[in-house]
Amino acid sequence: MGFEGIGASVRRKEDVRFLSGKGNYTDDINRPGQLYAVIKRADRAHAKINRIDIAAASAAPGVVKVFVGEDMAAEGIGGLPCGWQIHNKDGSPMAEPPHPVIATGKVRHVGDPVAVVIATSKQEARNAAELLEIDYTDLPAVANLTDAVKPGAVEVHDGVAGNICYDWVIGDKAVVDGVFASAHKVVKLDLTNNRLIPNAMEPRVALGDFDTSSGDFTLYTTSQNPHVIRLLMGAFVLHIPENKLRVFAPDVGGGFGSKIYHYAEEAIVTWAAGKLRRPVKWTAERSESFMSDAHGRDHVSTAEMAIDNEGHFLGLRITTLANMGAYLSTFAPAVPTYLYATLLAGVYKTPVIYCNVKAVFTNTVPVDAYRGAGRPEATYLLERLVDVIAYETGIDKVELRRKNFIPADAFPYQTPVALQYDSGDYQTTLKVALKNADWDGFEARRAEAKKRGKLRGIGISTYLEACGIAPSAVVGSLGARAGLYEVAEIRVHPTGSVTVFTGTHSHGQGHETTLAQLVVDQLGVPFDQVEVVHGDTAKIPFGMGTYGSRSLAVGGSAMVKAMDKVIAKGKKIAAHLMEASVEDIEFKNNTFTVAGTDKSKTLTDISLAAYVPHNYPIEELEPGLDETAFYDPKNFTFPGGCHIAEVEIDPETGVVAMVNFTAVDDVGRVINPMIVEGQVQGGVAQGIGQALLEGCGYDADGQLTTGSFMDYTMPRANDIPNMSVATENTMCTHNPLGSKGCGEVGAIGSPPAVINAVVDALKDYGVRHLDMPATGAKLWSIIQAATPRMAAE
Amino acid sequence: MPQVTLTVNGKQHTVEVEGRTLLVELLREKLGLTGTHIGCDTSQCGACVVHVDGISVKSCTQLALQADGATITTIEGLAAADGTLHPMQEMFREHHALQCGFCTPGMVMTAIDLVESHPAGLSEKEIREGLEGNLCRCTGYHNIVKAIAAAHPLMHAKAAE
Repeated sequence: MGFEGIGASVRRKEDVRFLSGKGNYTDDINRPGQLYAVIKRADRAHAKINRIDIAAASAAPGVVKVFVGEDMAAEGIGGLPCGWQIHNKDGSPMAEPPHPVIATGKVRHVGDPVAVVIATSKQEARNAAELLEIDYTDLPAVANLTDAVKPGAVEVHDGVAGNICYDWVIGDKAVVDGVFASAHKVVKLDLTNNRLIPNAMEPRVALGDFDTSSGDFTLYTTSQNPHVIRLLMGAFVLHIPENKLRVFAPDVGGGFGSKIYHYAEEAIVTWAAGKLRRPVKWTAERSESFMSDAHGRDHVSTAEMAIDNEGHFLGLRITTLANMGAYLSTFAPAVPTYLYATLLAGVYKTPVIYCNVKAVFTNTVPVDAYRGAGRPEATYLLERLVDVIAYETGIDKVELRRKNFIPADAFPYQTPVALQYDSGDYQTTLKVALKNADWDGFEARRAEAKKRGKLRGIGISTYLEACGIAPSAVVGSLGARAGLYEVAEIRVHPTGSVTVFTGTHSHGQGHETTLAQLVVDQLGVPFDQVEVVHGDTAKIPFGMGTYGSRSLAVGGSAMVKAMDKVIAKGKKIAAHLMEASVEDIEFKNNTFTVAGTDKSKTLTDISLAAYVPHNYPIEELEPGLDETAFYDPKNFTFPGGCHIAEVEIDPETGVVAMVNFTAVDDVGRVINPMIVEGQVQGGVAQGIGQALLEGCGYDADGQLTTGSFMDYTMPRANDIPNMSVATENTMCTHNPLGSKGCGEVGAIGSPPAVINAVVDALKDYGVRHLDMPATGAKLWSIIQAATPRMAAE
Repeated sequence: MPQVTLTVNGKQHTVEVEGRTLLVELLREKLGLTGTHIGCDTSQCGACVVHVDGISVKSCTQLALQADGATITTIEGLAAADGTLHPMQEMFREHHALQCGFCTPGMVMTAIDLVESHPAGLSEKEIREGLEGNLCRCTGYHNIVKAIAAAHPLMHAKAAE
């Protein structure tokens, strides 16, 4: 057994289970007497429901019950709640129209649930769903952001004028306008951030169970945060108190944000299980995932930077339209505001910033956080704008970044958009990335590619993000309807082994390994004597779950705090057993020692005494060695770094080949380097997907045109290059581990690096900017349009 | 209902199935072999790959009845009886080629067939092309490619024994 504490690339505890087919995913769970639910979904984007005839479906073989929206409404089942309230610039609250669990009156997007058929088998439920007769009156629909805000546009919700959910600002417009009026130059860029479909490989599943003897409900679900689902569904939708509702999210096959939210199907199966007094299971087909999982991104922005004659950034002015979809998903309103506009300083000392965000309802699937959530949108905008400034001023794009960086000695650094960065060193991550990518050798590689008839380009992105969300009081003042602390329970068993109960949730991140390494480090317990339990509200005291790269920075910090309590109590027990004063007890390497003596007791001696308290300070101290801590973070954490992409375009086809990708990230303290590298690689692949391949499409009628893997291009092995991934870390200054988070950096830093490389490759074609995804067809058209002009010149 | 008889992981089963039952549904629902996953409904993702008579097959593309008389290996059938992992499983673990684990069974089954059908060796490009039918959303494929390259010599050395 080698070193298995902080800093070791320990192989993962969970892998043998997953590699042997012994994972326990939600769809692998079945309950006795289980029924199957099939959701009938709207096949059109916007329509009035005149009548639903359930007679034929109800009479079909195997059908137990058909429910429509009115059945839930009649029992006082409210709509799905939104977890974050944003205020308009005039101080009024955002528009928050109802989000029925099953549609009543109208459907508002393709995929909106209209009815649920419950039968003794999935096949029978499917057959019966085909027999539902739904009489609709079609209404005009609007799917496109810019169309939705045009005067006279179709209104998605009655009473929400102009489809505006909120009109929000940050910064002082008059001050910023003043800077622009006197600036040497203003560089302007219009850009979109393409709409994405998260597509975790495991489709969503929900299984509701009802114990007829106790009246207890259990929901098995594909969730990143089971306690949050219990709170939202129990308190706000179904009115089931926490003591009667268990939510269990077992092995979850990827989330990327899409499994944070409380979804209709969770409420439907739980409620139906109670009504029918039998378990009810719903398993999404992938085509349902496309039209019912929350989508990501979908911004249209105009960005302007005021600069002086040397290229120093003087002020940034931005207007953004952000698509909310047809209803507000759980955290949707926070994404284009506090996770986006507050990041617009990036790594630069831009002194003044103004941003106006209008969130817009459309007849599309709700949009919410997807890996990076707001920060990829901010980074893409900023890093594209910086490249366009370089293009227009002729200043070298690396030099332009360098001269505008926040210097390493300026921390803590207060940005003009609310955040205070605690640490970072952008010159170093840039320097190492340039070296690792052999930036200086690029022109030779470009020339060599040209001989082969290929257009080679290189692109850079120097980025920053905020994660480890978040101080509860701060987010509360910004409209969050929850606290964002994390919880850990450390149970030292009588014989000295340890079980960790964490409120975070692992759906690929490897917490069973990484969190165990924290115990090895702090308590000195061997790795194989540590188990990590997550995902079950029946076992874990509480928790806010995993998203926003928060598990280690917040959840790990809660563990440190709980282990501090274990050690403090252990010292009291040790002092009693060794007849010393508590102040003289030291703890190190699993052992309590009386300072300056050879008297010592192992943690196992202490835990045994704690559970078998025969010789024990029983008057002052409770038996047992089991401590819980809630940790509320003091600030966000601020990972950052530099990504460099190198591409080759075939001018005959327009197809982009990713030939090199280099990432140098600052993620704070690394617990398991192997896992960190894997997180970055996966994030970068999603960023490359956004930049080159992925794009959710809706036609003018609001029909989803990318409704399967046949139409929505997912990155495959051949689309992704070998990557050079490294870290250059500065420590987070305000949490006990120094960790910042690594789950999202890849997806945040990479898209602008890729597009900057594509634009660089096309520099001879007069390309200043192009929108993602840079597909072969798009680039071929650009090359074709430019070629005659180039020939004529 | 019609019957199908097949051997799965060395054990023979005779099962009644509806005509429309897919092989993957038979494995998961009738035989309880839930290691084989369903990730899509268009035969694009590869999470359901198993070996049918030694060849990797997306088990959502076959009717259960088509597997009558076939010998099938699923992810549950790879490790030795004492729990020793197949070299491909071992290399996936060693190279951190899995994160959430959902695509992993199909990925491993595809990878084994890929290595077995290229005894002379596999370039990185060939590995990436060989994974064309398998989607992974977590890893960026980087470590999967490494794991397969590392398993190749181990598997062929073992085969030569």
